[in-house]
Amino acid sequence: MVKPLIEMQNVKTMIEMKGIEKHFGSVIALSGVSLDLMAGECHCLLGDNGAGKSTFIKTMSGVHKPSAGEIFFEGKPMSFARPRDAIVAGIATVYQDLAMIPLMSVTRNFFMGNEPTRKIAGISFFDHAYANDVTMKEMKKMGINLRSPDQAVGTLSGGERQTVAIARAVHFGAKVLILDEPTSALGVRQTANVLATVDRVRNQGIGVVFITHNVRHAMAVGDRFTVLDRGKTLGTAKRGEITPEELQNMMAGGQKLATLESSLGGTV
Amino acid sequence: MSQTDNTPPTSDERVKDMSGFRKALLRPELGSICGVILVFIFFFLTARDSGMFSPAGVMNWSIVSAQFIIIAVGACLLMIAGEFDLSVGSMIGFSGMSIALLSVSFGWPVWLAIIVTFVLCVAIGAFNGWLVIKTGLPSFIVTLAFLFILRGLTIFAAIATTRKTIIGGVREVAEGDWIAAIFGGKILTGLFQWMGDHGWIETFVRGTREGQPVVEGIPMLMVWALVLVIFGHLLLTKTKFGNWIFASGGDAQAARYVGVPVNRVKIMMFMFTAFCACVLASAQVMEFGSAGADRGLLKEFEAIISVVIGGALLTGGYGSVIGAALGAIVFGVVQQGLFFAGVESSLFRVFLGVILLLAVILNTYIRRMITGEK
Ligand SMILES: Nc1ncnc2c1ncn2[C@@H]1O[C@H](COP(=O)(O)OP(=O)(O)OP(=O)(O)O)[C@@H](O)[C@H]1O
Ligand SMILES: [Mg+2]
Repeated sequence: MVKPLIEMQNVKTMIEMKGIEKHFGSVIALSGVSLDLMAGECHCLLGDNGAGKSTFIKTMSGVHKPSAGEIFFEGKPMSFARPRDAIVAGIATVYQDLAMIPLMSVTRNFFMGNEPTRKIAGISFFDHAYANDVTMKEMKKMGINLRSPDQAVGTLSGGERQTVAIARAVHFGAKVLILDEPTSALGVRQTANVLATVDRVRNQGIGVVFITHNVRHAMAVGDRFTVLDRGKTLGTAKRGEITPEELQNMMAGGQKLATLESSLGGTV
Repeated sequence: MSQTDNTPPTSDERVKDMSGFRKALLRPELGSICGVILVFIFFFLTARDSGMFSPAGVMNWSIVSAQFIIIAVGACLLMIAGEFDLSVGSMIGFSGMSIALLSVSFGWPVWLAIIVTFVLCVAIGAFNGWLVIKTGLPSFIVTLAFLFILRGLTIFAAIATTRKTIIGGVREVAEGDWIAAIFGGKILTGLFQWMGDHGWIETFVRGTREGQPVVEGIPMLMVWALVLVIFGHLLLTKTKFGNWIFASGGDAQAARYVGVPVNRVKIMMFMFTAFCACVLASAQVMEFGSAGADRGLLKEFEAIISVVIGGALLTGGYGSVIGAALGAIVFGVVQQGLFFAGVESSLFRVFLGVILLLAVILNTYIRRMITGEK
């Protein structure tokens, strides 16, 4: 299912991030991280807690302005002042904290910030009928049958919420989809669903940045893997060039994990 | 996935089918609907013969309810957007005084005084909102400061210019002014006269107004209340901006991530709240023909209580304008009804406290059912 990257040589680069730095006062969250993303590729970003993964993708999606470094989007230098700019350009992000509002209905969440409108007597109204219809259809495509589009997001399970968020991004024409730990809170089946969704999205030619702690999840869908550690890149590897064990070691700083693994009997 | 049959299941076997009736009941307004029914039953049983349900009696509690509704609509949208405005009461005193001072003491035409006052109040509302956004302080604190600032300024301005805290004579200068009539006039007076002539409603039997109906028409105050409720309800539930109001109050960060202009939404809701306060103040000044520096005292709490009875969540992101209006009706009917029933007015507070508690408990229960909140 996963095409080797060599075959994709003529595929265009969607995003190129060069030497991104981000300082929060005296905290240096990122000190020169580079990464590029092709169309139709799933690029996994791995790293331990606090490595700077979330901060890095937030510079990509316009939430943070990098302190230094350059961003090229479809070959042109880009500087996003607001998340809105990134969304308009086609970079959609599903954050770790999801950006879903539990008190609001699935439809209201799905179209939040992109509400469809219909003019009645010159006044533009939220087109609930259309919005409900699209939401039900998109969720069904992702394999989720909603009780009703009015159902509050708070009543959905973690995996279902994740799927709503991904479906929303794809529906609004994302060229680049950033997923921050979409599988971290999910059980086996829902994880499988989300990974299948990632695969489906990638096959549509969308570039996916997939953040995870879990090497197995990364291996399941990733074309390339970049490991971050304390705000720096430890390197990027292509699929097939690296074993899960090597990746695991890179993430946890080699030595430590070797001893840990023996004591846990190789279950990590 | 592994969907082998081509007719995917349309229902999840784990979801109990909810009857249409139960689903229709499960609305944010349910608590306040129950409140209204309860209150009317109570007063129908205890105060039926007191004139509470005669045309004049109905007009009495309707006007009080309409006053609550006007400020509750503003407070409701602001609360759903995640903020409070405690300066509403002071704003009512301030804008009333501004209209009276400009028109009576400075001799401006009333229409100009009203327009300038509206602009001033909405600007103060915007400033309130801007301060909340810029400082990141809770709106509770920022608007508490304005509760004092505006009240102090109102008293100071009244005393410094006229040496009085009550300024009268507005009705005289407002004679024939069409903007003044938008706030102080009455509509359907012909209809009420006609109903009086046919003996369908009470008319005066003695004195200078002999033959005129006791209730002359529908005051513009009630028209404003109705218009604001319809406007607020449509804005909140049927427009794009309404979705932004919910989103801003539900989770401002999440809303910003998807490009909702949260700051603008919040500031606009502060402005709308100030606008509503100004509508009430203008109507009051035209009705009484005077402005008092202490007008609107505690109105902010009455507005917030109405909104909460109406099912809104104090922390934002959830609520209903219709609910808030029903909450205001509960409030108005209880306040005036106890007067009709001849009950000690101190008991009004006991009764109100009990209703508030019951409504909030019921609302919390309903909300959890709807939103899956823990
Ligand atoms: N707004 C902020 N202000 C100050 N420091 C911050 C801010 N955001 C992130 N940091 C710091 O930057 C570092 C990287 O954080 P980040 O959230 O990017 O880590 P992460 O790799 O996503 O971790 P996790 O796997 O736990 O999600 C952390 O040390 C964090 O404390
Ligand atoms: Mg993170």
